[in-house]
Amino acid sequence: MSAGSGSEADVHLLDHRLLFVTGKGGVGKTTVAAALALAAARSGKRTLVCEVDAKGNLAESLGRSAGAGREAALRFEPTEIQPSLFAMAMNTEESLKEYLSLQLRLPLLAKIGPLARTFDYLANAAPGVKEILTVGKLCWEVRARHYDLVVVDASATGHIVSQLSAPAAINELVQVGRVRDQTRWMLDILEDPASTGLVIVTSPEEMPVSETIELAGRVRTDTNVKLAAVVVNRVLPEPFGRGEEEVFESLRAPAAIEVLHGEVGPSATTVLDAVHLAVRLRRTRASHLGRLRDALYGPTGVAPEVVMAYVPELFGRLRGVRATAQVASALMEELG
Amino acid sequence: MSAIAQPPGLERLLAAKEIVITCGAGGVGKTTTAAALGLLAARRLDGRVLVLTVDPARRLANALGIEAFGNVERKVELGAGARGELWAAMLDTKQSWDDLVCQYAPDTTTREAILANPLYANITAKFVQSHDYIAMERLYEIHHSGRFDLVIVDTPPSRNALDFLDAPARMSEFFGGRLLRWLTVPARSRLFMAASKPFYQVADRVLGSQFLQDIAEFFVLFQSMERGFVERARTVAGLLADRRTTFIVVSTLEASPAREAEFFLEALTTRRLHLGALVLNKVLPAHFVDQGAAAAAATMGARAAELAHGPLAALDGLADPAQTARVLASVAETFANYQVAATREAEERVELALAPDVTVAVPYLDTDVCDVASLNALADLLAVG
Repeated sequence: MSAGSGSEADVHLLDHRLLFVTGKGGVGKTTVAAALALAAARSGKRTLVCEVDAKGNLAESLGRSAGAGREAALRFEPTEIQPSLFAMAMNTEESLKEYLSLQLRLPLLAKIGPLARTFDYLANAAPGVKEILTVGKLCWEVRARHYDLVVVDASATGHIVSQLSAPAAINELVQVGRVRDQTRWMLDILEDPASTGLVIVTSPEEMPVSETIELAGRVRTDTNVKLAAVVVNRVLPEPFGRGEEEVFESLRAPAAIEVLHGEVGPSATTVLDAVHLAVRLRRTRASHLGRLRDALYGPTGVAPEVVMAYVPELFGRLRGVRATAQVASALMEELG
Repeated sequence: MSAIAQPPGLERLLAAKEIVITCGAGGVGKTTTAAALGLLAARRLDGRVLVLTVDPARRLANALGIEAFGNVERKVELGAGARGELWAAMLDTKQSWDDLVCQYAPDTTTREAILANPLYANITAKFVQSHDYIAMERLYEIHHSGRFDLVIVDTPPSRNALDFLDAPARMSEFFGGRLLRWLTVPARSRLFMAASKPFYQVADRVLGSQFLQDIAEFFVLFQSMERGFVERARTVAGLLADRRTTFIVVSTLEASPAREAEFFLEALTTRRLHLGALVLNKVLPAHFVDQGAAAAAATMGARAAELAHGPLAALDGLADPAQTARVLASVAETFANYQVAATREAEERVELALAPDVTVAVPYLDTDVCDVASLNALADLLAVG
């Protein structure tokens, strides 16, 4: 199985109908998902962003905080964040109820009454059912055309493949029953490269890069979903260009230090040491980025056509929705 | 310095406890920290230490010698000078369930039937927070065997990492509750298909009757292992709540992981568990919040051209004043960027460090920790705190 290549993949990222955003925990997946949604909404698209593994980070990225009683800021029912931008959090029980009434046209779970929880439990135990409910809800929103774009703040790299391949895999395990019949239309949406794309978010660090490379390969072999983009988050700026690093080293030589002490004060050494750390940090990160580029684009590259976008490190200057807006601007510049 | 030399905080903690559990968000260096703590303990204390990891980076797993071995415990070569032994193992959920079934099934027939059940693999992957439960079982087995003096357990990077402490209560509830009875009806009663209960009608139509039967058969078999599960889970829960166990929260000072750390700190308090320490990784050096340095950096930037064309121009390697000026400006800018980040982090640190008795800050390391030598270096940093 291979994802779409070349021409069919030439859809601008925000012109898709459904984007799954994944990445190792800690790389900024949620911020990027929120940023893509924000950018889309600002360009006039009616956008829904959905948090799959409810943690509250998505609400934070959109500038919504939890209620006083610690209740979640986002619910299954979409909340309007801004004109054209809506946000929701996935919920198994509610998506199951909706699924049963909308898709299977079964009488409401009111008939099952107190056993709704038991049913929920079973649905959790049944292979692929939970994944189907999640993916199904998202595909449903696309199909029903309530939104121009659905952005999913999806599961982390360890679980996204099973989520995306659930509609295809479920056929093998659930032999009878109407759940199986429901998957074809989902697959049509997921496998259409003009509709659906996966975005892997990473940072230029060891494990995130390793997981990204591995995932890029698995998406190709285990699913029919197109890898649309890789977003490298938290890219450190290059402190010095060509030739300038030697100048920096010369500034750290004893003669220059003496001058700087005299002109600027004894802390000059501290400053230069601190910046030296920054240089080394950047170098390490750059080597991971190099490894990523080789693995994706090199002679044995696993994803030669995938778009890569860089988002610069914000150094904690901005928080919450302001940080998200900054990331959105950076992404739009990168994606053109 | 006091006359009586006290061993540093973490070392004392490791010496006093039998089980250490690390928790924290993803990407904070939890697994690496757990491994380094294991190394520290093995080096400085007598006895055998086991590090039980969940998802180590390939190079780290290689370094510990565990990449190919799944559940099997492997001794890590430490070289001369270590007082104790370090062992490592991964927690392989599937293998662990298989071992569990083989050990506790009442007879061969039941054992084979469970292992052959088509839903077995899926159920054990998802059921009753299976991973948490199996971690408990593994801990029970290890502790009960007395093979190790100290076990360091690395948990998965999720908020639910502490949920495994609820495993005994949940297991107990499950086996005694209505849910299990409902789940096993299709196997116990041949009339279930004709049952008028809407529950079965819906379940049948949504999930299929074969599924209901398979799952029912599975649980009938599973029930036969019940007593042991609940008893063992209770033993481990007791162990984790008592003085022999401590929890270490690992985090960085960035906003999102710090929020998770706060969550863990609170959860440990609520559950009345022992918070041994907070380990902060990737901490930016104090230079960046030093006022004197900030002023010096700003001056360098403001006077860049003047300094470059003036007193610096005659020095080796600084013959191009325009370039020197650019570099000075860049130095100022770089410093300022990190200063903002470091200031935010310092604020965060004050908040987080309120709760624990021991807080250890590990600086940003510019090389990755991927072998025994770098783990040793990290262990040294942890020891000094």
